[in-house]
Amino acid sequence: MGEKNVKINLKKQSQAKEIWHRFLKNKTAVLGLVIFAVIMLVVIFADLIVSYDTALAQNILERLQGPSGAHIFGTDNFGRDIAARIIHGSRNSLLVGIGAVAIGITLGGLLGAIAGYYGGWLDTIIGRVLDTVMSIPLMLLVLTLVTALGNSLVNVLLAMMIANIPHYMRIVRAAILSVVGQDYIEAAKACGTPSYKIICKHVIPNAIGPIIVQATMAVGTMILNAAGISFIGMGIQPPTPEWGAMLNEGKQFMTMYPHIVIFPGVAIGLTALALNLMGDGLRDALDPKLKD
Amino acid sequence: MLKYIGRRILVLIPTLLAVVFIVLFIMNLTPGDPGTLILGEQASREEIEAKNEELGFNDPFPVRYVNYVVDLCQGDLGNSWKTGRPVMGELLSRLPVTATLAIGSILIGSIVGILFGILSAVKQYSFLDFAGTTIAMALASFPGFWIGMMLILFFSLYLRWLPSFGAGDLKHFILPWITAACPLMASQLRMTRTSMLEVIRADYIRTARAKGQKESKVIIQHALRNALLPVITIMGINFGASLGGTVTIETVFTLPGVGSLIIEAIRMKDVPLVTGATVMLATFFALIMLVVDVMYAYIDPRIKSRYTRK
Repeated sequence: MGEKNVKINLKKQSQAKEIWHRFLKNKTAVLGLVIFAVIMLVVIFADLIVSYDTALAQNILERLQGPSGAHIFGTDNFGRDIAARIIHGSRNSLLVGIGAVAIGITLGGLLGAIAGYYGGWLDTIIGRVLDTVMSIPLMLLVLTLVTALGNSLVNVLLAMMIANIPHYMRIVRAAILSVVGQDYIEAAKACGTPSYKIICKHVIPNAIGPIIVQATMAVGTMILNAAGISFIGMGIQPPTPEWGAMLNEGKQFMTMYPHIVIFPGVAIGLTALALNLMGDGLRDALDPKLKD
Repeated sequence: MLKYIGRRILVLIPTLLAVVFIVLFIMNLTPGDPGTLILGEQASREEIEAKNEELGFNDPFPVRYVNYVVDLCQGDLGNSWKTGRPVMGELLSRLPVTATLAIGSILIGSIVGILFGILSAVKQYSFLDFAGTTIAMALASFPGFWIGMMLILFFSLYLRWLPSFGAGDLKHFILPWITAACPLMASQLRMTRTSMLEVIRADYIRTARAKGQKESKVIIQHALRNALLPVITIMGINFGASLGGTVTIETVFTLPGVGSLIIEAIRMKDVPLVTGATVMLATFFALIMLVVDVMYAYIDPRIKSRYTRK
């Protein structure tokens, strides 16, 4: 028994690596990751796959054609290629989804972290204000905000971010609270570590897991909500390609030409499904206790 | 208990005041004025100005807010700018459709979701569990309104079994019910499954089995009862959300419900109607959550004892 063996056994695998290994063992989670990776590649290289002009080009002679060799998903009521519109629409949908969650979780997270860490009257006040916002139906709040800000991609993103801050705050607050009571935080406080350092170095790294899980799933929810908003004709306006707006435009033709509404819906569903599968897998990987 | 309910209803008042403030404030930022909305673009400037003055649109924002609150305290939600009819009447005329949709979908969603949630938890890792959770995840991922469109294509156009639009008899509600129930079913199934899994490993379940209790009784009387709190919470949240959040489904099936009324109102910048609808929905939501909290006490004797001791 050489010393070498002992050394190898003692060498601790990094936590991230361990989580990654557990994640890879979960087949459905990997499936989600693969689907999402493909979608992200489409988002990044959309211009290389098909030009943006193709997504906008109208051709009345070829309107409402079913799927064929030339147009794999068929054409819409203006003769535009549906596949090209879905490919370029992916950019708008994912930008809104990821953007709203990223900014929202940072702002909501900040509030949640303050509320969760300091507690007391600050927690009560922040909690009360956000409870009030949450008692307004989400869709109604988003729609009034969109009307106030004006219909555009950025404004839909902003509206959804503002309306969802209370939800993000709750998620972060709960995660922080589960950490704050731990002994090592108590120890850091006893050592006289300043609060900001405790928050950044001890609280956030230990609480980030569940927050990432929730954020992954929240992107899916945001994409669904954004699609809903453009579906009722608010938010992103035609001719900009966007999945929800495509469903709205195709609605009146769907009885005769169902392909118009089938493909954009599948695109939305697959993206949200991939995110949900990934989120679920991440949760199990981060906390193996939950699995059994 | 009554004291607790009374206190909760009192807390509702400041919440509603804040809700009114938020909605009026946001609507205040939107362009447009009621004079032009009511009289049309062709009306003369003076007429439009006079109408705006009459409706108090030119008052500063705090004055308008206080006026609205004073009216609200007298149970007056004001008149719609668009139609001139009382907001209360407009809302009440649309409520039956939305309530029918919400109650039907919450029943279907809860029954199916809880049933399969229990089965998934009891037979964890079986094929049934895998199928249940996978289907639930798929249902939660596809947009509800799109599922509705697919149901229309299949059941109304292909099979010609059910009507696809309008709100006549209950037959018109079958497809909207199923559509709206899909996401509810998914969240209910997942919550029931998680909650049951936590309980099913508890010592008292092992004790119940050890003393030879029938398995069905163990599951229903011992496990389900203890797993019920989060299940009922989700049901309440879902019900509150479906009263205000079925806008897209109403659009697909062209149902004249509260959701489509709100959309029209937001588009037209009909401030009294939007604010009134929000106040109504926020009140409903708060009351439903209150009912959920009171139900806790009936399900869990530990919580009940906390109320009665005071």
